[in-house]
Amino acid sequence: MRHALLAALTLLVLPNPTQAQAQAQAQAPAQAPAPLAAQACLGCHAAPSLIPAIAGRPAADLAAALTAFRANERPNTIMGRIARGYTEAEIAALAAHFASLSPGAAR
Amino acid sequence: MTPTLSRRGFLAAATIAATLAMPTIARAQNTTGGASARLVIVGGGFGGASAARFARIAYPWLDVTLIEPQPKFVTCPYGNLVLAGLRNLDDITHSYDGLKARGVKLVQDWVDGIDPVAKTLRLRGGTTIAYDRLILSPGIALRWGAIEGYTEAAAQTIPHGWIPGDGSQTTLLRRQLEAMEDGGVVGIAIPANPFRCPPGPYERISMIAHYLKHHKPKSKILALDAKDAFSKQGLFQDGWKQLYGDMIEWVPLSKDGKVTRVDVATRTLETEFGAKHKVAVANIIPPQSAAKIAIDAGLTDASGWVPVNPRTFESRAAPGIHVIGDANIGAPMPKSGYVANTTAKQAVASAAALLRGEAPPEPVYFNTCYSHVGEAYGISVVNIFRATDTAITEVPNAGGVSPRGDLPEQRRFEALYADAWYRSITQDAFA
Repeated sequence: MRHALLAALTLLVLPNPTQAQAQAQAQAPAQAPAPLAAQACLGCHAAPSLIPAIAGRPAADLAAALTAFRANERPNTIMGRIARGYTEAEIAALAAHFASLSPGAAR
Repeated sequence: MTPTLSRRGFLAAATIAATLAMPTIARAQNTTGGASARLVIVGGGFGGASAARFARIAYPWLDVTLIEPQPKFVTCPYGNLVLAGLRNLDDITHSYDGLKARGVKLVQDWVDGIDPVAKTLRLRGGTTIAYDRLILSPGIALRWGAIEGYTEAAAQTIPHGWIPGDGSQTTLLRRQLEAMEDGGVVGIAIPANPFRCPPGPYERISMIAHYLKHHKPKSKILALDAKDAFSKQGLFQDGWKQLYGDMIEWVPLSKDGKVTRVDVATRTLETEFGAKHKVAVANIIPPQSAAKIAIDAGLTDASGWVPVNPRTFESRAAPGIHVIGDANIGAPMPKSGYVANTTAKQAVASAAALLRGEAPPEPVYFNTCYSHVGEAYGISVVNIFRATDTAITEVPNAGGVSPRGDLPEQRRFEALYADAWYRSITQDAFA
């Protein structure tokens, strides 16, 4: 059961970026300030881990995932509680922001 | 402060005065050739480190100085796992090398005084540092003597373990637990609200229980609480029963749970109505206030905490000083590392906007607190907040605690996600 849920959660998003991509991004120049709503995501989504990476994923996928979490239409432990706190405009803005970053970026 | 002086005029005057007073401190120039501004941050915990890092990434024109006396930062989060024997002190210790590599100027000294009119800081080492905007993230002070007999000296015998410092308080409590004989009682005194990390005492109870269950299973935990309800209470109590049986006794305020006096020599905790509990190991989490520097600077009110504008975190008492982290009055936000992290970014963005004569950004603040009830048993609370210049409001119909009930997968995953959260938020603050 544990592996089944883990697989389901992992499938919600694309594969993790490679270490090389992450290192390349670490040396990239600073970008414009992110929307502050998006900054909140980095408390959990900044480091490579069991928590899926979000930088560099298509905006439509990110927005669709958050919308589904909001509606409790995707299995989750915490993302439904989080996504219900944000407006559609904020979800669109943070999806666009993370989509604009290279995979492995953390800001 | 002269009330007729406009902020902009005041800033210019203060800057000229500071520049004249400190001719050796060069003004940095940004890449576009415009003058930089000096953002000085005091305190290198979750709030201050997050502010310094975010300022360098998002506002490269800011000249960022971080003043922090300790060479490394030991986190409160995961300190309870050190008590359980599930982590070492090294695992929760972070250096400032990452921030230095990002161009943050690290000054390792204590701030002895703040002059909000001259916009200068006096350091213990004798230096004076001028700022255009100050972010103060000083953390908490413990109210020595609020529990009779619990002094700073007493904490060398009965640890608080609530300000990690160099880690010695956590280590002391861990050693006392290791030295205790099986069958002993561990007494924990818990304060009333507000205090740093609302679920922290209950995670501590859980992690001490984890250690005792595996090494000293005849032992008990007596938790004496100065309040009648606590963060994630139902979830904690469900987990305690399931994992630790009757090892934990929690005594609320209404059942004489408030500790008012301690006899250090005999490790006796005395409550409001005179009950005396002699324990083998005691841990006192005393009542708290904003750190001393905030009190000395006149930033606190009668509560002992710092009133701030909830949009900019600018002190109500001193314009130009943004106070973030556990030291401010941020209710209904909890005093947590995550709140320190997200509000640090808002304070930096506000400081940058105000330096350029722009409006501060619209605020939305976020909190997640994971707690370990067992090694592989995690629970969480989520909050989203919005703010105006006068109030902070939690977004309704969102956030909340983990679902209750028999949900072993949820608990296992939340323990794993807690570990991932720790790696991520420490990266977002220190890397």
